[in-house]
Amino acid sequence: MTVTDSQTSHGILGTRTLRKEDPKLLSGEAKFTDDLVIPGALYMALLRSTVAHAKIVSIDTEAAKEAPGVVAVYTYEDLKDDWAGPMPCAWPVTPDMKNPTHFPLANGKVNYVGDGVAVVLANSKEAAIDALELINVEYDELDPVLEIEDSAKDERVIHEDLGTNASYKWDLIPNKDGVDEAFAKAAYTVSERYIQQRIVPAAMEPRSIVVVPAPFGGDFTIYNTTQIPHILKIMLALTVGISETKLRVIAPSVGGGFGSKLDVYAEDVLTLALARKLRKPIRWTEERTENALATIHGRGQVQYIELAADENGKVTAVRVNILADMGAYLQLITPGIPLLGAFLYHGVYDVPNYSFSCTGYFTNKTPTDAYRGAGRPEATFAIERAMDALAHKMGVSPIELRRRNFIQKEQFPYSSAAGLVFDSGDYETNLDKAVGLFGIEDILAEKQRRIDSGSTKLLGIGISFFVEMCGLAPSRVLASLNYGAGGWEAATVRILPTSKVQVVTGSAPHGQGHETAWAMIVADRLGIDINDIEVLHSDTAIAPHGLDTYGSRSLSVGGSAVHMATEKVLEKARSIAAHQLEVSEADLDYANGMFTVKGSPDKAFPLAGAAFEAFTAHNLPDGMEPNLEASVTWDPPNFTFPYGSHLALVEVDTETGKVDLLRYLAVDDCGNRVNPLIIEGQVHGGLAQGIAQALFEEAAYDDRGNLITSTLADYLVPSAAEFPFFELDHTVTPSPTNPLGVKGIGEAGAIASPPAIINAVVDALNHLGIEDVEMPASPQRVWRAINAAKKG
Amino acid sequence: MEVTMTVNGAKVSKDVEPRTLLVHFVRDNLGLTGTNVGCDTSSCGACTVHVNGESVKSCTMLAVQADGQEITTIEGMAQANGEMHPMQKAFQENHGLQCGYCTPGMVMAATSLLKENPHPTEQEVRNGLEGNLCRCTGYHNIVKAVLAAADGMAEV
Repeated sequence: MTVTDSQTSHGILGTRTLRKEDPKLLSGEAKFTDDLVIPGALYMALLRSTVAHAKIVSIDTEAAKEAPGVVAVYTYEDLKDDWAGPMPCAWPVTPDMKNPTHFPLANGKVNYVGDGVAVVLANSKEAAIDALELINVEYDELDPVLEIEDSAKDERVIHEDLGTNASYKWDLIPNKDGVDEAFAKAAYTVSERYIQQRIVPAAMEPRSIVVVPAPFGGDFTIYNTTQIPHILKIMLALTVGISETKLRVIAPSVGGGFGSKLDVYAEDVLTLALARKLRKPIRWTEERTENALATIHGRGQVQYIELAADENGKVTAVRVNILADMGAYLQLITPGIPLLGAFLYHGVYDVPNYSFSCTGYFTNKTPTDAYRGAGRPEATFAIERAMDALAHKMGVSPIELRRRNFIQKEQFPYSSAAGLVFDSGDYETNLDKAVGLFGIEDILAEKQRRIDSGSTKLLGIGISFFVEMCGLAPSRVLASLNYGAGGWEAATVRILPTSKVQVVTGSAPHGQGHETAWAMIVADRLGIDINDIEVLHSDTAIAPHGLDTYGSRSLSVGGSAVHMATEKVLEKARSIAAHQLEVSEADLDYANGMFTVKGSPDKAFPLAGAAFEAFTAHNLPDGMEPNLEASVTWDPPNFTFPYGSHLALVEVDTETGKVDLLRYLAVDDCGNRVNPLIIEGQVHGGLAQGIAQALFEEAAYDDRGNLITSTLADYLVPSAAEFPFFELDHTVTPSPTNPLGVKGIGEAGAIASPPAIINAVVDALNHLGIEDVEMPASPQRVWRAINAAKKG
Repeated sequence: MEVTMTVNGAKVSKDVEPRTLLVHFVRDNLGLTGTNVGCDTSSCGACTVHVNGESVKSCTMLAVQADGQEITTIEGMAQANGEMHPMQKAFQENHGLQCGYCTPGMVMAATSLLKENPHPTEQEVRNGLEGNLCRCTGYHNIVKAVLAAADGMAEV
C-alpha cells in the first residue's frame, strides 16, 4: 500500500547544497589508488611496442631478468596459460562481427604503438622501468594501416585470420523506399562529409591498479581506478579464470574517467593473473604517455550525412553513413559506440524518413571506446553542421531553419522514425530563452560592421541544438542491441539503530558528487540532515549489485532506485509507527522525521523510534522482519532525452587563423534539478571538453603510426586561459520516465558544444566562401582555409 | 644522500637516491599523498607545492635541491584545529572541484598566485593558473573560487 503524505518533499531537492565529498579531497586525505600503501607489493611495468605494425621475430629478456631488483620478466609465451580467455568485448553488435583475438601481451605480432610486448615485475617502480630498457625485441615491420578509408580498401589486412579490416556493418534502415523517395522529391539536398578526430580522454588521474591476494583462501582485493567496479569484477572473473566469489573490486577516489575508465584493460588482467601466479601484491600506475598510447581514444569517425528538404526547408529525410575507427582491437564496448548515436542523427527535428549505416574498421592505432557522450557528440555534430549547411544553401538563418523543423511540444512522447520514443520536450521555449539571453541582433550588427570595415577580427555566431538519449538503459532495449549487460541499477537504504542512514548504491562516482546528490534525495523525503546520511559505493563487497557510472545514467537510474528504496523504507517505518500508535497507516502523516496522526498532531512517533524498534524487534507487527532496510533494483522503462540550445560567439583573426571564444551560452534542459551547483559544474566540464575537441585536441599520428601527441606538452588539454566564463541558464521539462523526473547532464556539454563552435567559426568566414573547417579548428587550419578561399 | 627540510612546519631528515624528485620524496618518503602526479612533462601542475612560500611543480625539482628549504604541501594548508584555509573553503563553496585529483595542486598554485597578486582580474587568474590542468570543471568555478578568495568573501 502506498500512502500519500501531505508533505512528500522537505525542500532539499533543487538547492545549491555544498558537496560532502569536498573536505577530504581538499585536504589531501582522499586516497587515490596510487596513494595506497601496500607492504611487499611488486611493481609492474610494461614494455610497449614502438612500432605500429610488425611481426615479433624475437624477444630477449635475459638481461632484464638479471637487473637489480627485478623479480620476473614475462612475455606472452610465458603467460599464455595464466588467463582463461582473450580480452573481453561485451558488445558484439552483429552476429557476424569480427573480433580479433587478443591477449594482454602480444602473441607474435604487434598492432599499434603501445601494444604490450613484455612485462617486468620488480621491487620498486624505478627498477621495473629501468629493466624495460634491457629487453631486446626484434621486429619485422609491416606497413601500417592508419586511415579509416585506407582500411576500408582492404589492400593490407591487419588481422589476417579475419580476411578483412571490416569488423562489422550495422544498419538502421526502417524505410529505405521512403528515404529514396524523399531525396528524389527534395527541393534542397545537402551532402556533407565530416571528420571526428581521435581524442585522448586524459583524465587527470592516470590509470592505477593494486591487486592484493589474501594470505590464504585464494581471495583477491583489487583496487582499481575504474568507473565500473561491478562490471570489472565479472569480466576479470571470466577472463582470468577466478571464481567471482574470490574477487572484491574497490574503486577508491577516482580522478576522472570520461569513459576511459569504463573498460577492461590488459593491465587489469595482468595484475590479477600475476598476483595469482606469484602470490604477492602487484601494483601498476600508468605514466602519462602510456595513458595517451594504451588507454582508449574517443571518437574517430568519417561521417557522411545527407539531408533532403522541401521548398520550405522542412527536412524530409536524413541518410547517414559512418566509417568508424575501431583501432587495433575491440575493447569492452568499442563496436557499440557509434550505435549510441545511431538513433539521433535527425537531432531534435521531426524527420519522417531515416537511414543509418555504420561500418567499423580496424587500424594500426590505439583502440577506441567510450569518451564523454560516446556516439552522441558525433551524431549531434553531423546533424547540427548539416543543418547549417542547409540553411546556408537556402539562404535562411540557421535559427529559423531549426524552428521550422523542431519536434513540437504537443508531439511528445514522440516516436521517431529511428524507433525511439522521446520522453518530453519543449524545444521552442528553450530556444526562445537562449536567443533572448544572447542578444543576437546586436552581435549581428557588429559582425557586419567588422566585415564592412575590412577588420581582421571577424565575429561568428554558432548554434547547436542537441538532444541525447541517456539514462542507460532499459535492459530489453539493450538486449535488442546485443549489449552484454542490462541497464538497471540497485540501491539499499538502511536506517541504523541510532537513526543514522546508510545508502548503498550500485553507481560508481568519479567526480560527479553522488555522495551529496544521493544524500539529498534521501534527506528530501525523510526530512533529515544530509550529514546524517552516509553513501556507500564503489566496493563490490559493500555494494554487491550495480552497473556503475557512465552514459549520464547515475541520477536517472541509480538516483531513482535510491528514491524508491527510501520510499519503501519509509513505508516500513510507517507500519511500525502505526503499530506503536495503534492507528491505521493511512491515518499517519510524515514530516521532518516524525509520524503524526492526522487530526491529532500531538499523537506522534519518530522515525528514529521506528528504527530502534526495528532493531530490537521487541514489538513489531506480526510477521514483520526486523531491521529497517529496503532494497530496490530498478530497470528504467525508457531512455531520458535531455536537450538544450547552445550559442557560441567567436572572434577569428584572419591574419593568424586564431579562434578566440568570446562567449558561450548553454540553456540546458535536464528535467528536474537535484543540485544546481553540481549540474552547472557538469555542464562547465562538458563544455570545456567539447570546445577543446572543436578547437584544440587531436590524437595525431605520423605516417608510420607513431602517436605524435603522446604527452601533455604535445596534446593540447586546454588551461583556464583558453576559456571565458560560461553563461548558463535552463528550462525544466520533467522526464516522465523516472520518479524524480530527471534526465541527466554529465555529457550534455560535450555533446552540444563542438558543432556550436565550428558553426560559429564557419559563420565568421562564410562570406569568404568557406563552408567548413575540420576539427580541431587550429590556427593553422583556419589560416589555410582563409588563404585557400582568398586564392579562390 | 641525506636531505633535511622543513615540511608543513616539521623538520624531516631522510636518506634518498640522488635522482629522487621532490614529489616522490613527499609522497613516498613522507607519506604525504595529497600531492598528486598527473604527467611526466611538468605540464599538469597536479604536484604543485610551496617551496619557501612560492608555488613549485614538485616534479621539476630534486629532493636534494630542496635541502634546507621550507616546503608546504596541501596537508599543511589547514589550520592546526582542522579549519580549512580560505582558499580550500572558497573551492568548496564555489564547487571548484569535481574528481579532486588536480585540486591540491590547484589550491597551492592559486594561493601562491594571490600572494603575488592579491586582487587579480579574471584574466590574471586564468593566466596565473595556466600551468595547472583540470579535466572536470572547465575552470569556471576554479576561477570563481580564486576571485572569491581574493575578495575574502568566498560565497556561492
